[in-house]
Amino acid sequence: MNIMTEQSLENAVGDKMNAKSNEVIKMRGDKVGVFYGEKQALFDVNLDVRQNQVTALIGPSGCGKSTFLRCLNRMNDTIDSARVTGKITLDEDDIYDKNIDVVELRARVGMVFQKPNPFPKSIYENVAYGPRIHGLAKRKSDMDQIVESSLKKAAIWNEVKDRLQEPGTGLSGGQQQRLCIARAIAVSPEVILMDEPCSALDPIATARVEELIDELRQNYTIVIVTHSMQQAARVSQRTAMFHLGYLVEEGATDKMFTNPDDKRTQDYITGRFG
Amino acid sequence: MSSLLVLAIVIAIGVVAFVIGRQRATAHETGKVKPHSRAHYHGWWAFLLAVLPAVLLLAVWDIGSSVYLDRHIHAALPERTVDSKVASEALDASLVKSLAKGLRRLDAGTPLPATFAELQPLLIAKGVALASDTQDYMIPIAVEANTVQDRLGLFGAVLTLALSIAGAFYALRQIAPRARARNNVERLMLWGLLAASTIAILTTVGIVLSMLFQTITFFESVSPMSFFFGTVWDPRFAAAGSGGSQGQFGLIPLLAGTLYIAAVALLVAVPVGLMSAVYMAEYASPKVRAVVKPALELLAGIPTIVYGIFAVVTLGPFLRDLSAALTGGSPFIQGQSIFTAGLVMGVMLIPVVSSLSDDIITAVPRAMRDGSLGLGATRSETIKRVILPAALPGIVGAILLTASRAIGETMIVVLAAGVAANLTANPFEAMTTITVKIVNQLTGDLEFNSPQTLVAFALGLTLFVLTLVMNIVALYIVRKYREQYE
Repeated sequence: MNIMTEQSLENAVGDKMNAKSNEVIKMRGDKVGVFYGEKQALFDVNLDVRQNQVTALIGPSGCGKSTFLRCLNRMNDTIDSARVTGKITLDEDDIYDKNIDVVELRARVGMVFQKPNPFPKSIYENVAYGPRIHGLAKRKSDMDQIVESSLKKAAIWNEVKDRLQEPGTGLSGGQQQRLCIARAIAVSPEVILMDEPCSALDPIATARVEELIDELRQNYTIVIVTHSMQQAARVSQRTAMFHLGYLVEEGATDKMFTNPDDKRTQDYITGRFG
Repeated sequence: MSSLLVLAIVIAIGVVAFVIGRQRATAHETGKVKPHSRAHYHGWWAFLLAVLPAVLLLAVWDIGSSVYLDRHIHAALPERTVDSKVASEALDASLVKSLAKGLRRLDAGTPLPATFAELQPLLIAKGVALASDTQDYMIPIAVEANTVQDRLGLFGAVLTLALSIAGAFYALRQIAPRARARNNVERLMLWGLLAASTIAILTTVGIVLSMLFQTITFFESVSPMSFFFGTVWDPRFAAAGSGGSQGQFGLIPLLAGTLYIAAVALLVAVPVGLMSAVYMAEYASPKVRAVVKPALELLAGIPTIVYGIFAVVTLGPFLRDLSAALTGGSPFIQGQSIFTAGLVMGVMLIPVVSSLSDDIITAVPRAMRDGSLGLGATRSETIKRVILPAALPGIVGAILLTASRAIGETMIVVLAAGVAANLTANPFEAMTTITVKIVNQLTGDLEFNSPQTLVAFALGLTLFVLTLVMNIVALYIVRKYREQYE
C-alpha cells in the first residue's frame, strides 16, 4: 500500500471506522467471465470490493463495467441469454452457488439504476416495498420508522416528509434517484451497487447524490459505475478501469488518477479515448 | 358511354399526365435553380388534378342525371285516377325503369311492338323477366327515357373528359423549378386521410340514426317505462290486424340474462386470460412463447357460430348428463343454460383478454422489473406488487373491452343460452339475451311496422349505448394509464 492510500484511509478514519475494516474484502470476483449468447462480454476479471469503501468502475462505453456490476447481485440472471463463469464471493460465500438464494442475495446486495425508476406508487410505498416483501416490519410503526430513517439516510426526508402519500413518479429526477437510493437502503443491504446513478441528473442533483454516496460509505459498501472521471475521483476510494471486457487496472483512486500503471488508463482519464 | 369506361379513360389520362409531369420536372432538376419538389411530386400533382375533379364531376353528374331521369318519367306518366291499374305512382315509375332497362337488351333495329303482350316474349327471349302488370302506355315512355339517358350520359362523359384533360394541362403548365407540388400533394393526402376517418364516424352516426327513428316509432306504441322497467318479456306474436293483443316488452329479463351470461364468461376468461398473459409475458422462454401465443390466438380466429355449435351439441348435453349422473337421475343443468353459454363464451374470450393484457404487461418498463428484482423481490412478488398494479388501469380497460364483446356476442348465445326470457338466479337454467331477442324478432315474417319487430331496434339501440359507454370508459382508463410513465 502506498502513501496515497494511507491518505485516503485517514479520510475514512474520520468516519468512526478503524483502519482494519478497510482491509476487509467484502466481495471478490475471481476470473469472472460473462457471455451474452455466443458473445463474450467480460473476460477473466479479478476484482476485490473492500468493505466501507466506494469502488468506482470506469471505462469507455461497452467495456463491461455495467456487466460486471450486474454480476454482483446476479441481475444478469434476468437476461435469458446471459451466462456467468468464474467465481464471485460475498463474505467468502460463492454467490453463484446452488445453495445461495438469489432473493436473499439481492436483499444483501442492493442496486440503484441508471435511470431513476420509482414504482408508480406513493413515496411511502416505494420505500416500504422492500421491507414489506422481506417482512422486516411487524407493525405499522416499525414500517414508519424504517421509511423515515431510510429517507433520512438518503437525504431526501426534509423534501418529502409532508407528502409521503403522493406518487413517487411526481418527484424531480434528482429526488427520484434519492428515493430509489432510500428504497435500496430500506432493505438494510450490506453492499449497494449503483449503475451510473447520476447520468440522468442535472449538476445540482448530481452533487447532492455524490454527497450522499460519501455519507453512505460509513454504513455500506458501495460499487459505482460512472462515465464521469471527476465523479470517480470525487466519490471513490478505489477505482477499476475496464476496457473491451478486460479489467485493465485497479487501485487506489488517488493513484489511478495521478500515476496509473497502464497506458490505456492514462489515455482514458486524460480524455484521449472513450 | 358507360361511367365505368369514362372512369377508366380519366385514370388513363391521369397516368399519362403523371408520366409527362415527372419527365418535365426531371428535366428541371439539372437546371441552375434547386427544384422545390422532387420530380414524382409534380407527376402526382398532375395525376391528381387530372383525376380527382373529373371523378367528382362524374359522380355528381351520374347522381344528378338519375334524379333528372326520375322526374322526367314521373312527369311523362299519365295522371293517376281511381281506375289506374298500378297500385302506386312509385311502382309505376319503377316499372317504367325496369322496362327501359329491358329494352336496352333488345337488338338494335328490332321493330318495337306497341303492346306489352307482344313485347314480353321478345324480352323473355333475351332473358329479361318483367312484372306482368307492365302497361302498354309505358313502352313509349321507356323508349323516351332511354334516349334522354343516352344523351345525358354522353354529355356527362364529354364534360368529364374535358375537365380531366384541362386539369392535366393546368398541372403540367404549372411545373417550374420552384413550384410547390410537394405541398399540394401533401395537403391532398391530408384531406384524403381525413375523409377516410370521417367515413367511420359518419357510419356510426348513420347506424345510430337509423335505429333511433325506428326506436321512436316503437316507443309510440309501447311506453319507455314499460320497456325499460318491465319484468315480463312476452311480445305475443299477434296475427296482423288482430289489434289489442299488444304484448309486453320488458327489457329487464333480457338485460339480466345478457349481463349474467357476460359475467359468467368474464369469470372464465379474465382469470385464465390474465394468467396466461402473465405467463407469456414474464415466464415463457422465447421458444415457448413462439408456439403458445399463436396457438392461443388461433382460438380468436374460430367463428363464434362454431363455438355455438360446440356448446349446443357437445358441451350442453355433456353437462346435462354429468349433472344427471351426479344426482342420480334428474339433471340440474339444463341442455341450454347460462352456465354452458357463459363457459363457451368465456373460452372464446380468453385470447382477447390474454393478448390485450400481454401487450399491456410487456409495456411496463423493464426498469420497474429491475427495480423490484434488485430489491430482492421474487418474480411473483414483482408481478403481484409492481407489474400488475402498474398495468392495472390498462388491464381494466382490456377487461371492459372484453365485457362489451361478451355483451354484444350473438351466435353463441342464440344456440347455447336458449330463447326463454326467464328471470332467474340459477346459472343452470336457460336465460336469454338482448342479442338473441333481436335475432328472434327480426327473423320470421312479422309485419315490419308492428311493435313486435320494431322492438328489435329499441333493443339494438340499448345494446349499442351499453357497449358504447363501456368502450368509452375503457378507452378513458387506457388513456389515463398511458400518462403514467411520461
